Amino acid sequence: MEKEILLEVRHLSIGFESYNAKVEKVIFNAISDLSLTVHKGEIVAIVGSSGSGKSLLAHAVMNILPDNARTGGTMFYKGELLTPERMNRLRGHEIAFIPQSVAFLDPLMQVGEQVVGTLGEKARALQQKAFEHFGLKQSVAKLYPFQLSGGMARRVLLSTSYVAETEMIIADEPTPGLDLKIAIEALKDFRLLADQGKGVILITHDIDLALHVADKIAIFYDGRVVETADTQTFRGDGQGLKHPYSRALFHALPQNGFNLQRCPKCGATCATWNVDEKGMRCGCGNS
Amino acid sequence: MNKGLLRYFGKTVARMLLLLVAVSMISFFLVNNAPMNAVDAFLGEAKVTDEQRALIEERWGLNKPPLERYLIWGNNVLHGDMGESLYYHQPVSKVLKEKFLSSIVLMGTAWILSGLIGFVLGVLSGVYRGTWIDRIIKTFSLVLASTPVFWIGLLMLVVFAVELQWFPLGLAAPIGKSVNDVTLSERIHHLVLPALTLSITGIANIILHTRQKLIDVMESDYVLFAKARGENLKQLVTRHGLRNIALPAITLQFAYFSELFGGSVLAENVFSYPGLGSSAVLAGLHADAPLLLGIALFSALFVFVGNLTANIIYGIIDPQIREGGGING
Repeated sequence: MEKEILLEVRHLSIGFESYNAKVEKVIFNAISDLSLTVHKGEIVAIVGSSGSGKSLLAHAVMNILPDNARTGGTMFYKGELLTPERMNRLRGHEIAFIPQSVAFLDPLMQVGEQVVGTLGEKARALQQKAFEHFGLKQSVAKLYPFQLSGGMARRVLLSTSYVAETEMIIADEPTPGLDLKIAIEALKDFRLLADQGKGVILITHDIDLALHVADKIAIFYDGRVVETADTQTFRGDGQGLKHPYSRALFHALPQNGFNLQRCPKCGATCATWNVDEKGMRCGCGNS
Repeated sequence: MNKGLLRYFGKTVARMLLLLVAVSMISFFLVNNAPMNAVDAFLGEAKVTDEQRALIEERWGLNKPPLERYLIWGNNVLHGDMGESLYYHQPVSKVLKEKFLSSIVLMGTAWILSGLIGFVLGVLSGVYRGTWIDRIIKTFSLVLASTPVFWIGLLMLVVFAVELQWFPLGLAAPIGKSVNDVTLSERIHHLVLPALTLSITGIANIILHTRQKLIDVMESDYVLFAKARGENLKQLVTRHGLRNIALPAITLQFAYFSELFGGSVLAENVFSYPGLGSSAVLAGLHADAPLLLGIALFSALFVFVGNLTANIIYGIIDPQIREGGGING
């Protein structure tokens, strides 16, 4: 059975406009030509190193990029063009975003109130259920963000996606700081949602974690998806992977022996090599 | 918590005393070294012999060394006696009280006006950043910020008192009326121009600070997240914007006490409004050292109380201080 496409991102590019010392407009490209498809019932993990623009992708989909951002490309949601206006109507209801740090909570508002948000009384019961689910005492609802530990804050953020009836969740690094039990619980939740026919985008730098829950893994490097592969491909010696960067990443995992390829000429590890669409090579000129 | 609070108040009182001692010493030194001579100012045109002069100096204690005079004065102040004003021929404390009561109406009105107008315009400008509303408000604030108070005062007089004759030229009540006959509406009528002038000095500052703070808040991660959860502009501003700019606005409003005092000296002089500000100038011109020192001490206390109030309000309404383990100085 061919699964229905939930979200499709085609040739997305994001640049930031600024002025240089000569007061000329310059555009810094953070993401260029990124394509990604999320089917119903699927968890797509976006894996990449810190600073590779993963969060920007989430922000672009949610239409919360800063004013000086310039975007290109198109997005489709449930087969229809996803315009910024349409996104503004969908977000918070059909599409939920789970941000990555406590800085995304209003420092002067009690967290229970924030989880409920503007969704009304119906959401309050759901908020209590969510807190129970994630092992937060109900009294936590009366706390302010600065009183939360990292793990508690993360659970509060996870709770925010619980109070809406979502079709799709975009989670930006939802697990660091959580203890293992809760982390697994959160990931199980995503699996459950996906099995109900919803879509999940899981943004993480932890390829190991992605391998455990995701159906597909998009390897992200420097604002581009170098390869999207089914999770099964990351098996054995990783020979099913097309791009050398994905293979190098896979080989560098602890269970695969921390193997880092070295440049035969200068001996630099592949972690420092240049990567493009076709492959990766050492800066010393040797391929 | 209680122990912390006690320590906080102990520290505050100690700091206040230190401040007052420092202010009194510096003011005393300045007055003492000013080219003004109290005896000259007292005598005016009257001619006296050197012996008579020496007699006055001795009676006033001016022949004693400055340090001794300071200690005598300080000791008296500690006992509640701030001396007698040379200009008003009344106890300094009585003059201070009278003038302050008249000034506080002026300063209070200006304080509330500038706070309200500044906050509202600042929020508008921040919410509609980059639009024509923002540009008008910003231009207005920049013009105000670069205009001296006394000049605005004169302009107000020319336009509203001389040309349009809507408001009186000066003073706090009509000339030739006894204090008991002055009505409230007459008082307000006399208050409008000086209060407006005085408030204008603070408005620009408050608008620009409020605007910038609101812009920072609206660009914060938590507002982004609220937006991603479907809140519209109105909800963003009322639920997160105002909440997060309230504290800085309060700090600003109370820190403005010192500017208010400085501004009142100019505004009261332009409008011949009989308050503390104009008394300060009179005391200076007439080498009225006791009154001058009294005003210096009083204004230091006034500004200190303003800042202290801001701190206390912070402790009450900021959850990060309220629930984060006591107030820290």
